[in-house]
Parts: sequence; C-alpha cells; structure tokens
Amino acid sequence: MTFDWKWDFVWEIAPRLAAATLNTLLAAGSGYAIALVLGLALALGQRTRWPALTFILRETLEFIRSTPLVLQIFFIFYVGPQVGITLSPWVAGMMAIGLHYSAYLSEVYRAGIEAVPKGQWEACRALNMTTRDTYARIVLPQAVPQAIPGMGNYLVGIFKDTPMLSVIGVTELMQTANAIGSETYRFLEPYTLVGVIFLALSLPTAGLVRLLERVLRRKLGM
Amino acid sequence: MWDFLQTYGGRLAEGTLVTAAQFALATAVALVAALAAGLGRLSAHWPVRAAATTYVEIFRGTSLLVQLYWIFYVLPLFGISLPKLTAGFLSVGLNVGAYGAEIVRGSILSVQRGQWEAAYALSMSPWKRMRRIILPQAIVLMLPPWGNLLIELLKGTALVALIGVADLMFVAKQINGSTFLSAEAFGTALVIYYLLARVLITPAMRRLERSMARRLGRA
Repeated sequence: MTFDWKWDFVWEIAPRLAAATLNTLLAAGSGYAIALVLGLALALGQRTRWPALTFILRETLEFIRSTPLVLQIFFIFYVGPQVGITLSPWVAGMMAIGLHYSAYLSEVYRAGIEAVPKGQWEACRALNMTTRDTYARIVLPQAVPQAIPGMGNYLVGIFKDTPMLSVIGVTELMQTANAIGSETYRFLEPYTLVGVIFLALSLPTAGLVRLLERVLRRKLGM
Repeated sequence: MWDFLQTYGGRLAEGTLVTAAQFALATAVALVAALAAGLGRLSAHWPVRAAATTYVEIFRGTSLLVQLYWIFYVLPLFGISLPKLTAGFLSVGLNVGAYGAEIVRGSILSVQRGQWEAAYALSMSPWKRMRRIILPQAIVLMLPPWGNLLIELLKGTALVALIGVADLMFVAKQINGSTFLSAEAFGTALVIYYLLARVLITPAMRRLERSMARRLGRA
C-alpha cells in the first residue's frame, strides 16, 4: 500500500469521528470535573493539624504523579472487579484520569493558596473568623484566580491524555480510529484526522488559556 | 506476593530493562530535538523559526498516543517503515522534545541581558556567544524543569507497549492476561516505575544540577 489519500473515505468516516470527538470532549470534561474537586480536597487535606495526614497525602500524590496514567487506568479497571467493584470502562477511565490529574491540580491549588499574603490570614484571625469562613470567603477567592492558568494547562493536558482510554475500550477518538482501521485496513485517513482534530481543538484552547492568563495578570495587578 | 515475584520477577526485570533502554534512547532524541527546535525558534531566519514552531505546535498540540500510532502505522505508507522499538523511542523523544524546546527557549531568553551585551561588546561571533556564554548559563536554568520533563518521558514510554514493544507495561499486561493477578502485576509495575523516577531520575538530576552550578562557580 502506498500513499493515496481518499477524500470520499474521509467523508464516509467523518460522522463516526465527529461522534467520537463528542465522547472525547465528554471524557475530558468529566475527568477534569473530578480532578478539580478532588484536587482542591487534596490540597486542603495537606493543610490540616495532622502532620501525618499531610505526609501520607504528599507521598501518595508523588506516587500518582510519577507513574504512567495508562498503567493506572489498567490498574483501576482490572483490580476493581477483584475487590468487588465492577466498573464500566467509562467509569474506570474517568476515575483514573480524575485521580491522576487531581494530583497535579492539588499542587496548582497549593501554590495559589500559598501565594495569598500572610496579612490576609492574620486579618481573618483578628476578625475572629472561623477556619471555614477564612477559606471560603477570604483565601480561596484570592487563591483560585491565581491558579487559573495552571488549571487551564491541565485541561489541555487531560484532553490530550484521553486517547489512553482506548486501551480499556472507551469509544473515544483513538478507539474509533482503531476500529475504522481494522475494519477497512486504511489507517492513513483515520489516524491523520484524529491528529488534525486534536490540533484543531487543543491549539485554540491553549491560546485561550494564554490570553486568560494575561487578562488575569493585569486584573490582579501582577 | 513473594511467590508472584519469584515466578514473574525475571520477566518484569526484562521488561524494566526494555523500559530503561527506551527511556535512554528517547531522552537522547528529546535532548537533540529540544535543543534544535529551541534554538531554531530564536533564529534570525524566518524559515528556521517557522519549521521549529511547526514542529513544537504539532507535537504539543496532539497526543503522544496519536503520534505513536501515526509514526508506526501511517509512516510506512510513505515508505518509511520503522521497527517498533525505533518507532517507540522516536515518538516519545519527539513528543517530549517539543515540550523541552520551550524550556530551552525560555531559559536562553532568561540569561541576563548584560551577558548578551558583554559578549557583543567583546565582538564574539553569534555562534561563539551562544556556545561559550549563553548556553552554559541557560543549561543551569533549564535543568530543574528538565528533571520534571524526564519523569513525564519515563511515563510516556509506557505507551510503547501499545505498539507491541515488550517493555515493563507490556509484561505487566501479559501477566495480567494469563493469570488475572491484576493487583500484583500492575501494582508491581507501578512500584517499579515509581522507583525508577524517584530513586534514579530525580537524584541523578539533583546531582547534575549541583555539579553544573559548581562548574559555573555558583555553589
């Protein structure tokens, strides 16, 4: 087989790839939602009165960050049923991506929280605010805008890692391209289109994140 | 667990060696690509800049897995057939090199202005200025982010299992497939990846950072 690009084949597979793109976006979106919430919980969990908890969390997150996501996906998908939790590929995949990226996002939150000036904390204490109010009303509203560029970068990162979900059979873009390839023995168009779709979605998003970063910097007077 | 290691330890060790080899070769590709593209993006000639920017944007804008499959399954259609081992480390290296290029570019631009001006005042040629003055200082700046990037690279090598390279990930998957000892197989592989990252890569990079700083008389 040599290089021959067939446009009618492209139009034939376009609807399937479009549907798969929606699945990819859905997977990235839900994985990101889990990571955002869990990441915040993990960042706050490191700021409690118990140093043992901080230590355990920090080491666990370090472990999650230094091991391959694809292996974590397999681990959750295959070990889950053995301990009595049968997970669908989608759920296992979302859990793995959410957990993996929450380890990264917790660092982003942590940096944001640490960047809040000490005076703000002291003022809260002087006003006799509860810890809960201090975080919810003073610290987090200042920490989160700081963290937004970092959060945006990981959104793009999650999006680009979703093809790994194909290994457990989630029908996102990569899996669909694999299926088309094995049905038709044509790999050129499906794989190239997947690449083009990723570029078309991730370049503007990355650009948007950069723009947001500039706007925020100006607004926060950094 | 002990039985598991006795039975499958050898195969896991073989897989680890393949992973280590993929890591080393991909690192070499990444360093060369990053340096070439990072310097290319700062070039005075626009075609060089355009080529470097295209490379960086394409490899950063798509997924490593997409690149790996493309290089392994589609490139042969253009007459370039690569064995899976080569396709593996080449994809991982090129992917990480694109991220590395931004580190190279950023750290070259962060070398203090006075250093550029002094080299200029001594009428050094641009090549000599880069090689003798700017790069050595930029390398010190770029080592810490490279440390993180090399961990990402190690994680990236796990994907080469998907085109059939018999690395650690591949072996773990095989053992899982034949024995259903999922927790042991994947768990051991996770621990090995962790140890490679934290016991080998991170300390080695720390050591390199210290020795480079010392050579520049900064430690």
